[in-house]
Amino acid sequence: MAETQFSILDPFSSVDLGLAQSADGVKQWAIDNRGVIQPIKNFFNDMIVGIDTALNAVPPMIMLLIMVLIAWQAGGRRVAILVAVCMFALGFLSPNAWGLAMTTLAIVISAVILCFIIGLPLGILAGKNDRFEAGIRPVLDTMQTIPAFVYLVPVVMLIGIGNVSGVIVTIIFALPPLIRLTSLGIRGVNPSVVEAARAFGANPRQILFKVELPLATPTILAGVNQTIMLSLSMVVIASMISVKGLGNEVLRAMGRLDAGKALVGGLGIVILAVVLDRITQGMGQSGRERGHRHWWQGGPVGAVLRLAGKN
Amino acid sequence: MTGAGQEAVIDCRNLWKIFGRRADEAMKAVQKQGLGKIEVRDQFDCVVGVQDATFTVGRGEIFCIMGLSGSGKSTLIRHVNRLIEPTSGQLFIEGQDVNQLSARQLREVRAEKIGMVFQNMALMPHRTVLENVSFSQEVRGHSLRERRENALRAIDAVDLNGWDQKYPDELSGGMQQRVGLARAIAADPSILLMDEPFSALDPLIRRQLQDKFMSLSAEMKKTTLFITHDLDEAIRIGHRIAIMKDGALVQVGTPEDIVTNPADDYVADFVAGISKLELISAGKIMEPVAVFEKREGPVDLSTWPEAHPDHSLDDLVNLSIATQHPVVVKANGHPIGIVTKNALLRGIKGEVDVMNTAAE
Ligand SMILES: Nc1ncnc2c1ncn2[C@@H]1O[C@H](COP(=O)(O)OP(=O)(O)OP(=O)(O)O)[C@@H](O)[C@H]1O
Ligand SMILES: [Mg+2]
Repeated sequence: MAETQFSILDPFSSVDLGLAQSADGVKQWAIDNRGVIQPIKNFFNDMIVGIDTALNAVPPMIMLLIMVLIAWQAGGRRVAILVAVCMFALGFLSPNAWGLAMTTLAIVISAVILCFIIGLPLGILAGKNDRFEAGIRPVLDTMQTIPAFVYLVPVVMLIGIGNVSGVIVTIIFALPPLIRLTSLGIRGVNPSVVEAARAFGANPRQILFKVELPLATPTILAGVNQTIMLSLSMVVIASMISVKGLGNEVLRAMGRLDAGKALVGGLGIVILAVVLDRITQGMGQSGRERGHRHWWQGGPVGAVLRLAGKN
Repeated sequence: MTGAGQEAVIDCRNLWKIFGRRADEAMKAVQKQGLGKIEVRDQFDCVVGVQDATFTVGRGEIFCIMGLSGSGKSTLIRHVNRLIEPTSGQLFIEGQDVNQLSARQLREVRAEKIGMVFQNMALMPHRTVLENVSFSQEVRGHSLRERRENALRAIDAVDLNGWDQKYPDELSGGMQQRVGLARAIAADPSILLMDEPFSALDPLIRRQLQDKFMSLSAEMKKTTLFITHDLDEAIRIGHRIAIMKDGALVQVGTPEDIVTNPADDYVADFVAGISKLELISAGKIMEPVAVFEKREGPVDLSTWPEAHPDHSLDDLVNLSIATQHPVVVKANGHPIGIVTKNALLRGIKGEVDVMNTAAE
């Protein structure tokens, strides 16, 4: 600093507050606290690997059937057919595409589960408390706009490369819409219905679980849908820190300029996105729009129940 | 002021509600300097919702609060189950100050003692009629069977048999309003708070529901605070009526009091168009037999039509149509007063000071 002359016209180049260096200190801190971080990391790694192994252990045709049934239940017959077509297409992309897709699905599922666990309470809090909402909003803006590469490095420094870092990076990017939409959903609940619940003696917990959350569910599910889509869009970036799956295919194809491999990976991600999007959108639809009131009145469950009712 | 000298179930004393961030300041200024609604608005940027309301409602009584839109009716009724905290003043329910209750006690009172019907119905769209109606018992943790039984009884009472598994948006407005009524009576509370329950309905359905409500209320002996902006409705169902203007109660009295003796021009304007035929009784417009005979000389009452002091003007008109004679009012078989044609016509116009003019 001594050698650069301070100039009032260009103060920025002559003053160094040491921000970048202090960020480097993260690394030392991570090394010092390895004992704390490691068990947490192992726990999450086991969870991801567990889901991955489970998904890959199921024979593809059985898995496909399960997904079609889920799609039928959630979104009706047309969605089920679409999902069936999509999953067949995915399987025939290349001999190893199915396995890669299941690995990616495991990462996405882990990230979305964690997003839900973190995002729902924060969203409820933001929906109920104006100050908290005002405080969390810039944080969410930052999470959504900051380039992923900026937090990729510190996350890897803290936790090392691998699935856990991949999921954390994905969560940072995919969490904000869930919090925002949960808050929006809670705020959108008709206040006079909440007042009626109060007038009939409900306590705050009962108001939340019996009135606010059920009425906010479609909005919250729209948030889950957004979170899933954003998680999928992170898989290529996550593969840079050695996360396996379809994203890794794309990354390796880029390195080798292998257009065919890139196409397989890219199409796989798109197909997965379409499938997950249709299923979650189907869940978000109210029963009324589909002609029956409860989820168990339609789809395969409804068919089974009707059959059971006849006998 | 309690109706018919019974115990006061709802006892509201000098209740004030001022909305706004500087409500407490404004309240102090009002108490010290007696500021009006407009000064409070201009100086403190606060809205006076309720001004110094004092009234009691006796057991089994239907007490109507009546006033124009924005006069503070909904604000006042929300104090009874403390959906709104008063800025000053007290409100007792069966001797208990609701603003001293703990959160738990308050929830218990709300669920078990008070049933409320809302101006905008406020049914829960994600619950069936049955689930809506049994809500207050559900939050109290009653058994499924018990709350189902009670809810079905309430649904039955409002003639909605067979609709219990439907959702509110599958019902017409009038049916939804009846679900609101069923929800209010399901837990068999002793107090009903009704905020313009029938305002949004067409006249025919409204009359049906009024009848339904009056018979239910009489049968179950509910203490009712009933809000309306329709004086006809208030007169029809209220034992007593309070007229509200700009947050203040300008007159409290029986329908007859209000119609025959309006406290000020505001009330007088309200009652101007009201038919008095059903409201004023023969006892109110008759002159004593002695006064009549002093003026007209002795008369033979035996051929004149006879009425009871409780008979309405409408009955007297029917009696008078058939004859030229005045009507004799008899109590226990003894003639106690005479209603002349002039007195009857004045009564229909709402003038009941016949005895004074006759004595002049
Ligand atoms: N939460 C609130 N904050 C501020 N002002 C309020 C609030 N609630 C009511 N007010 C004001 O209090 C006054 C009385 O409102 P209220 O809803 O009690 O009227 P009302 O007599 O029920 O009218 P209506 O017949 O239209 O229902 C109005 O001037 C209104 O603006
Ligand atoms: Mg109102």
